[in-house]
Parts: sequence; structure tokens; C-alpha cells
Amino acid sequence: MAAPTTPAEIGGIGHSVQRKEDARLIEGQGNFLDDIDLPSTLHMAILRSPLAHARINGIDSSAATALDGVLAVVTGDLMDQHGLAWMPTLSGDTQAVLATDKVRYQGQEVAAVIATDPYIATDALEHIEVDYEELPPITTPQQSLEEGAALIRDEKEGQTDNLAYTWETGDQGATEEAFAQADRVVTLETHYPRSHPAPLETCGIVADVNSVTGQATIYMTSQAPHAHRTLFAMVAGLPEQNIRIVSPDIGGGFGNKVPIYPGYVVATAASLLIGQPVKWVESRTENLISTGFARDYYMKGELAVTDEGRILGLRVNMLSDQGAFYSDAQPTQFRAGLFHVVTGSYDFGAAHIDCKGAFTNKAPGGVAYRCSFRITEASYLIERLVQNAAYEVGIDPAEMRLRNFIQPEQFPYETATGFVYDSGDYPTALRTALDEVGYEDLRREQAEARAEGRLIGIGIAHFTEAVGAGPSRTYDIAGLKMIDSAELRVHPTGKAILKLGVKTQGQGHETTFAQIVAEVLGIPANDIKVEHGDTDHTPYGLGTYASRSTPVGGAATAVVARKLADKSKKIAAHLLEAADEDIELASGVFSVAGSPDRSVTIQDVALAAYTNLPEGMEYGLEDVTYYDPPNLTYPYGSYIVVVEVDPDTGVWQVQRMVALDDCGVRINPMIVEGQICGGLTEGFAMSAMQWITFDDDGNCIGANFMDYLVPTAWETPRFELLATEVPSPHHPIGAKGVGESATVGSPAAFVNAVIDALAHLGVRNIDMPVLPDRVWAAIDEAS
Amino acid sequence: MEITVTINGSDHASDVEPRTLLVDHIRRTVGLTGTHVGCDTTSCGACTVLMDGKPVKACTVLAAQADGSEVTTVEGLKTADGLHPVQQAFTDDHGLQCGFCTPGMMLVGASLIAENADPSDDEVRWAISGNLCRCTGYINIVKAIRTAAARVAESSNGS
Amino acid sequence: MFPARFDLVVAQSVGEAVEAKADAGEGGRFLAGGQSLIPMMKMRVAFPDTLIDINRIAGLGAIERANGHLQVGALARHAEVVASDATFGAIAAAAPWVADPLVRNRGTMCGSVAHCDPEGDWNSVLLATGADVVAQGPNGERSIPIAGFIDGAFTSTLGEDELVVGLRIPVPSGRSGGAYLKLERKVGDYATVAVASHLELDDSGAISAAGLALTSVNPINTKVADAEALLVGQQPSEELFAEAAELAAAAAEPRDDVRGSAAWKRQVVRTYTKRGLAAAAQQAEGS
Repeated sequence: MAAPTTPAEIGGIGHSVQRKEDARLIEGQGNFLDDIDLPSTLHMAILRSPLAHARINGIDSSAATALDGVLAVVTGDLMDQHGLAWMPTLSGDTQAVLATDKVRYQGQEVAAVIATDPYIATDALEHIEVDYEELPPITTPQQSLEEGAALIRDEKEGQTDNLAYTWETGDQGATEEAFAQADRVVTLETHYPRSHPAPLETCGIVADVNSVTGQATIYMTSQAPHAHRTLFAMVAGLPEQNIRIVSPDIGGGFGNKVPIYPGYVVATAASLLIGQPVKWVESRTENLISTGFARDYYMKGELAVTDEGRILGLRVNMLSDQGAFYSDAQPTQFRAGLFHVVTGSYDFGAAHIDCKGAFTNKAPGGVAYRCSFRITEASYLIERLVQNAAYEVGIDPAEMRLRNFIQPEQFPYETATGFVYDSGDYPTALRTALDEVGYEDLRREQAEARAEGRLIGIGIAHFTEAVGAGPSRTYDIAGLKMIDSAELRVHPTGKAILKLGVKTQGQGHETTFAQIVAEVLGIPANDIKVEHGDTDHTPYGLGTYASRSTPVGGAATAVVARKLADKSKKIAAHLLEAADEDIELASGVFSVAGSPDRSVTIQDVALAAYTNLPEGMEYGLEDVTYYDPPNLTYPYGSYIVVVEVDPDTGVWQVQRMVALDDCGVRINPMIVEGQICGGLTEGFAMSAMQWITFDDDGNCIGANFMDYLVPTAWETPRFELLATEVPSPHHPIGAKGVGESATVGSPAAFVNAVIDALAHLGVRNIDMPVLPDRVWAAIDEAS
Repeated sequence: MEITVTINGSDHASDVEPRTLLVDHIRRTVGLTGTHVGCDTTSCGACTVLMDGKPVKACTVLAAQADGSEVTTVEGLKTADGLHPVQQAFTDDHGLQCGFCTPGMMLVGASLIAENADPSDDEVRWAISGNLCRCTGYINIVKAIRTAAARVAESSNGS
Repeated sequence: MFPARFDLVVAQSVGEAVEAKADAGEGGRFLAGGQSLIPMMKMRVAFPDTLIDINRIAGLGAIERANGHLQVGALARHAEVVASDATFGAIAAAAPWVADPLVRNRGTMCGSVAHCDPEGDWNSVLLATGADVVAQGPNGERSIPIAGFIDGAFTSTLGEDELVVGLRIPVPSGRSGGAYLKLERKVGDYATVAVASHLELDDSGAISAAGLALTSVNPINTKVADAEALLVGQQPSEELFAEAAELAAAAAEPRDDVRGSAAWKRQVVRTYTKRGLAAAAQQAEGS
């Protein structure tokens, strides 16, 4: 790691500065959505469909409306009168706000009660009678695309089947040629199961629409408040200047708080109609059964390899389960997110990917759960395939990777799917991790254990991510280019306010973004207040998800700070009576080249910016930058997991987990490591226990934390972290983004470890979650 | 029904419905919002408070059951002497990210170190296994609680 | 999620509680720890009209040995059972695996027993150790052997106006050991499979009494009587335990579900029976 260039009291890049946001949170003084208590607030509860697929023949809400404390029951018909029964999704589809014709998944919103108290609102739900006519549910995408399957989206003009989208990339001809030259083809068919981000705080809104002024102040758990304001303006037809979205402290997001959910629209409409604030906070069950799920890809990958272990080409066929509405939160031009990154860390010339998505009677979603749009699925597939290819060719899985890595001198490297990786040194990363774990010794121990009937497995994943969407030529959401912004003002006393278009949900922006400014200007990080989340008080931006805050918003921050540094140098030159070009800035001290004793501080300059300027210069020390990244950034890492499997029960335990991450320059190493530990835990969770499934009737299994299994401290493995640092060549401070790397990279490492323990028996696949019964069945079948 | 609960040392008398959950009483009636709600099934521990010194999940206790009890919430951890050692250690060791589970984790930690002056890594993990965190992977939470224990032990040895 | 409305009676004595229950009729429920009941009410799958809170009744919190028995009162919390020196064998082994640490601070052992959830841990332990449930009604107290207490999933033979006031678990007089092996997916989860084992040894080292019971693999917690009969009178051995494990596996009638296949669960019963009996024997031999 590069040493920090600023002293600790300034706390620039590379310092593990203590987090500024902690002070309020450790004293219970955070301001989360449900903590907001406006006068006269009404409470909303949502009636949800118990059935996966049914026609609605009628809704009788009279008994509910008659209850004491109930102000209104909102139904789809009422929303329809205002043109709000349906809303657009982030993937160009439409989604029901409150069902008018059919319910298409269990948990779908049918009606909403507005009452004076949340207990009463919940009581009233039991008094709403809905006349459902059951329809056969479709619970798998395979079933959905069969000839003659019931049409789920019968309301959608021109929709004659259950196909949600198709997408293809790569060169099919070149790929077929590569396969023709291969000595063997390694195939893996696997399901990346449906998961849910399940932040500990559920989603919620307090909508406060003033019916006289038309001002709508909307507090919501939003990862993207500015984009949400624009979408609210578009959907509800409200003038955008009258909408203020405030995203308060957020209790974790992980992609769950990117979409706009029906409850938000209903609460806002209810506030507008009634003229009082309306609060809606999801229960955990509502969160799990109706808001943005993630993954659910059925993938078939084929790798063309030579007998020497060289990869020649990759072919992928996928089918995604979209649920009832196609509402993936992803850039417009990317139907399966950034799945292009499926070529992984390897140098080969040909790839072809063919993907379909199907509607089913399940909740919609497709959010990027701690992932840059489908990268988790892609990374998982290639790392599983490469590991299996090693077994088939008969070489060590580590060696297989080393033989095929893109070499450091090949960067920038254009992959077979057209991504241009910016930088990396993959061999060093993997070798460092192998050394740390003691790979050769482990392989010996594994062989000895096998001889005793014990099953030890060593799993590797060397992932490459593509984050920081993204360049305006390619990346937009609902037409909005995926730029981001920073606005910086330095006050006369030398203290600064930095305002961001991105929005933290626990990542520590209030600290790390201040450190970027501290690095450039030398103002101590603790003298810089970071504001974010309030659309009236921050510059426009697309929000925090897909590891884009540091790559885009962080870049904007560095650029705006440099703009102020340039102006500051001119002011310093004026104060020091020197030429502009002779001024040097280091750690907040401006000095004259060659005469280091002639100097002024950034604080002197800040005062001068309002009191004593060179002639012709505009007063103030303030600027704003909108940053359009030239490319994505490509963090990577080498993860190695060691497990022991109990052959009698299939239960597996992680013995060790070594995780090397290269996310370029680390702004705050403590925070970076915190992000990695969190991400590894979610990767472990998905590999071991955390999934949402459905029975044949479309009932969601995983509707609460007793059934949707989030690991506790007891199950979570210990992690050993390592780092290398290859800076991104195009990012202003060389950072690449890190919030999602570990969730993207680690599932394959855990699964590969279990497979590795059983590889000698011929086992090549166990779908996630790798439940003990699946492991035991695999052993049983193999032996 | 009339109840009186001592919360962070102050008596709060109120008239509650029997069905009022302790967590709602604390948040909505008393107005202390540091205690959170994260699930409905007694699974997550975001609502953890100390009731007569023991950590319990306030979403699964009726306010009426707390009548006459001493309840400590996160707002009651700090004293005139300053932050509680677990609060200081959580920030020093980066034991929190989004901060939503943090009040519950800190209260469990405070209760653990009151009983066990030198908890091992496993003992801390076991003690917090009724509380979920989605951000940290627990490592730094465990570290923070052990740091707090060590600091408490050190200061009591020194005094 | 919030519970529906109900009336609350705070009972000050067992007599008062029993009377309130009789008054409330079918819509009445006792409230002890509430760690199962309150979530069910919040999810609106339980709608009692009246809750009779027994938490204020004095004298129900004991965990003590008396007259050759371990006696556990109705208000003894799981955490207190974990911490108690009075427990032994399978009781001590199971206690830390019930629910999670915070739920254990509130939930009671008797409440869990009375709930008769087939995925609950305690009833298997009581079956293996041969415990009695002590109930009090308007006509006084009676002891019900646990096997006769469990009537079905979530139902017991307790009278509508009876309150479980305690448990009486015989304390082995000689060498004994026990185990509770639970496969749970995570802390706080109900057992996917669990096996309670209890062994007593005579002076010759032969098994003089044996208890074996299974959690989560049958419609109710199940005592494996044929395995117990097989074990008694034999010297502990790997082969013997393997034979008992086959009987336990045969007694299990698990279902395929999201936790795993029936075949695998039966395999876990087999494995955990072998391991549990071995652990119990080892503990007994060392006692």
C-alpha cells in the first residue's frame, strides 16, 4: 500500500480516519425513516394478495372504512381514477401499483388502509373482503415459456407469451470456431437462486404533500434520491421543483432501496388526497415477499479448453426468472446487467452469451444486490467453470487460472464481450493469496485427510468486477446519464461543506469523501462536513449502488477539490507575491518553489477568497463538478476458502477464508476492510443458507427471518484479509470501488471449496445454497 | 392500562393498550427512537433493550409486562462520565456501518462484559448470536466488544 | 406487525391465573415468556381474547434438586437453565441450543414444553429423561408423564383450566450421561433434526437405563422405545449404538421440505444417534 501523503491530523487518503457518522449512531441519535414523526401523521398498511395468481372480481372495503380511526381505504380503482394504478419500471416495463385486474404474485399490493395509528391500520386489513378467482400459478421460468402456458401479462399490449426480454452478446461465429478447436468442452448447468438484500431496516416513506402549496416533501429510504425525484415527477405528474426527497439515515440498502415501490406511490397519493403526512414502513415480511429480490438465473456455461488447460472460448445460455413484472434496476441498454464480465480474469478470444427472461407468478425485482448489475451471477459462473475445467483437464485449479490470466502488460485489455479492463496484476494477486493460505501444504493435508476418510476442500475464486457505471455514452437509467456530482464550498474560516449526489447507506461517505477533499486541499477531514440525501440541498446525481459512489461521486469530489486548489494557488500567489506557476501545494500549505519558507495555508487562502483577491477574480471558494467517467473501473481479487465436509451429514464448516482484494487506492483502509468483511459474509450467506424459494402454489418460502436465513456471528466464518494496490489509471485518485467485490467474488470460492472436497468422487456441481442435504446427496450419488 | 416503566433512570407513567409492544411504547410514547424494529419474529435483535439488566427483544415483550421494570435503551448507555466503553470501542474499531443493529449490539455487549470481564472471540459471537447485522460481517463488532472489555478491566485494575 | 386487541389479566397467584383461565374459556391463553406466542399474535395467526400474564406470580422460578428430581418452575427462563448447576446430562446439553441468547432471557422452559411444538427441543429431552409435567387446575395439582402430556403438534392433554406450574425430571442416582445433538441451520432456528440421548450405567458398566428421543422428524417429539429397550442391559459399544441408530432412523418419519430431503434427515438421525449415545456413554463413564 502506498503511504499516506498527508499527516494524520489532516487525514487525507490512506488514513483510517474514525467515522464522522458514528457519533450520532452510537448514541441512538440517528435519524432513520421510522424515527421521523411529523405532526398529524397518518399510517398506512397494505393488503397483499395471499395468492400467486388470481383474478380480482371485486373488493369490499366498507367494513374497514367504517372502523374507528380509519380515514380511507385506497384501492386500484381509486388509483386508476388518478392515472396511477400502474407505474413504469426501471427496465421499461409497467408494474401494478394496486391490482385492478389480477394479482400476479403472492404479496402483491391490493389495497391500502390509511389510519391514525399503525395498529388500527393493520386491524382494518382484516376487514377488507377481496373476491379472488384463482388462476393456475406459474412458478418456474421453464414452465412459463412452455407452449400453452397461461399468459401472466394479459394486460400488456402485444404480449402473447411470457417472455420478458431477450439479450445476446459476443461473437457467435468466432465462439463456434473456438469450440471446434477445443480438445474438450467443460459444461456447468447451475441455478443462482433467488436472494434478497434484506437490509436490517426495511423500506419506508413519509409523504408530506401540502395540498395548498403543492409542495411534496417525501422522506424515503432511497439509495438514489435525485433520480427518484425525477421519476416521481414523471410518474405522478408533479412539478419537479415542488418535490423534495429526503433520504435520511439508511439502515442498509444493498440494492433493495433503489427501485420505487408501489407503497411509495400510494402513500404519496394518499397524502395528496387527504392533506396530511402519511407514513408507511414495511414489515419484514412485506420486505421479503414484495420488494426487489435479486439473482434467480438458470445458467448453462460451456468452456472450450485444450488439453494443456488453455481456455479458447465461452458459451453461455441463460434463463432468468423475472417475476410478474420486468423491473430489474439496471442501465437502459443492459438487459442482463453487466453480465458481459462473465469472461472473468482470463485471456481468450471468443465468447457468446444468449439470455432470455421469463415472467412468472413471483415478486418482481432483479435488483443488483450488493452487485454491479448481474456481475455476481457472471463472476460465479466463470469461476465455477474454470475450477471444473481444471479437474477435467487434470491440472491444479490454481495453475489453471495462472495459465489463462490476462497478464499485467496486456492492460488496457478488451474482452471478448467488448469490455475494456483498465488495469490489474492478477498473477501477483493469486500468488500472494496462495502463499498466505499455504496452498501446497493444504493440498498435501487434503490428500492425507482423504486417505483417512475425511473430506477437506480448497476453493479458489479470482474475480474481476466492472463497477462505477458509468460513461454517459453507454450508461443511463430511464434516460438519465449515469454521471455524478460534488459541490464544494470552503468558508472564510477554512472549514468546508461538501455536497454529494450519491447517498450513503452505511458505507461511510461522510468520512471518506471528506478525506478526498483533505487529500487535495489539505483541509483536515474533520473540518469538512459532507451533506447528502436531500435533493433540495445537494447537486444532482444517480445515487449509490453498483459500487459507483467512489468511482463516480468520488471522482467528482477529487475534481471539484482540484478546481478549488487551482483557484487557491492563484490566491496564494497573490498573497505571496509570486507567480501562479511557482506555487506548490502540499498538505494544505502553499509555498513558493525554491523558497519553502514563503508560504500560506489553505486557511489563509480561504479567508482571502472572501477578503483579499487578485484583481479580476470572482469572490468565494466554491465550485461544482459533474463527473462523466471515461470507463468503468475493474476491481478484482483472489479468494481462497478451506472447508471440511462431514461425510455422514453433509454439513460443511469453513476452516479458513483468505481474501485478497485489489480495489486500487484505498481512501480509508479501515472502512474498505469493513466493506469487504460485510461483503464476504453476504457471499457466505448466499452460498450456505440465504435463499428465497416457492412452493408449487407460488407461496413464498422465506417470508420472514425464521425462514429467510441471515447468518449470525456464530455461523459467520473468520476472514483473513490481504491487499494489493494497482490504481485505476483513469480515476482521478486511482480508486476503483469496493462495496460489492466481496459479495461478487466469494460465493464461487465457498462453493468451489465444497466441490473440491468431493471432486475426487466426481462431483462437479451442487447448486446454491449448498445445503447439507445436497452435499450428502452428491456424495451418496457419487459413491 | 396504567403502567410505569423506568427508562434510563426516569419513570414514565402512561396509559397503554394491553397489546402495545414495549418497542412501540419506547419509540412512540416515550419518544426514544434509538431502539429499532427490524423484523416481526424475534429474530433480528434490532429492538434489543436491557430489561432489569438482561437483554431482551422489545418487539416480543408487551409494554404492560415491563410495568415496574428498569429498562435501559441505547440512549441510556452514556453517563455523566461520557460514552460507555462499548460505545467508544464501536467507533474506534469500526464496529458499525449503517448503525441500525448497533444499539442492540452495544447493549448485548454491555451486558456481556458486565458478567464476563474477558470474553473470548467465541463467547462474544455466542452472546450476539441473537442479533443480526447485515453490514459488518460481525468481525469488528466482536473486536469492539472485546476492546471495551479490555478497557474496562484495565481501568478497574488501575483504580 | 402488531397483535390484535385482547384483554390482559395480570395474575398474582396460580389460583388467580387458573381462575382467570377458566373465566376466559377457549379464548384465554397463559403468557409466560411469550417468545412464541407474541410473534404468532403479531403475525395474526393467534388471536387470544384474553392473555393471563403469569410473570408476576411468586415462587415459580426455581430450578432445584429435591427428592431425587430436578424441579423446574413455570417461570424458569431458558437462560437460567443454561446457567444452573442443578441440571445434568441431556438437559444441560440442550439448554444452550434452545432459540437464541436473547430469547432465552425471556422464554421459559415450561412454556416451551406446554407449546408442544414438534420442532421444539425440550420435549425430546424430557422424553429421553422420563420427566413429568406438573399441572395445576381448579382441583389441585397433578403430574403428567411427558409421553402422556404430548397429544399432538401444538396440543397437549392439559385441561383448559390447567396451568403448567413445573417439571419434575428424575435425577439418575448412579453414573449417567446425556447429549442433545441438534442440526440447526443457524442460531435461533428450530431443529432440522435433533436427537436427545440419556444413558445410565450400572456398576458393571452395562446400561441400566436409556432414553432416546427425536425432534422435528415426526408429527410430534418421538421416543424411540425399541432402541431404548435394545440398549438396556448391554455394554456400551459402537456396534450397539449403530444398531440403536438404525432403530432411531426407522422410527423417524421426516418429510421432504426446504430444509432437506427425508432420506437425508433420516441419515442425520442415524448419525446423531450414534454420536449422541457415544457422547452420553463417555460422559457416564467419566461421571
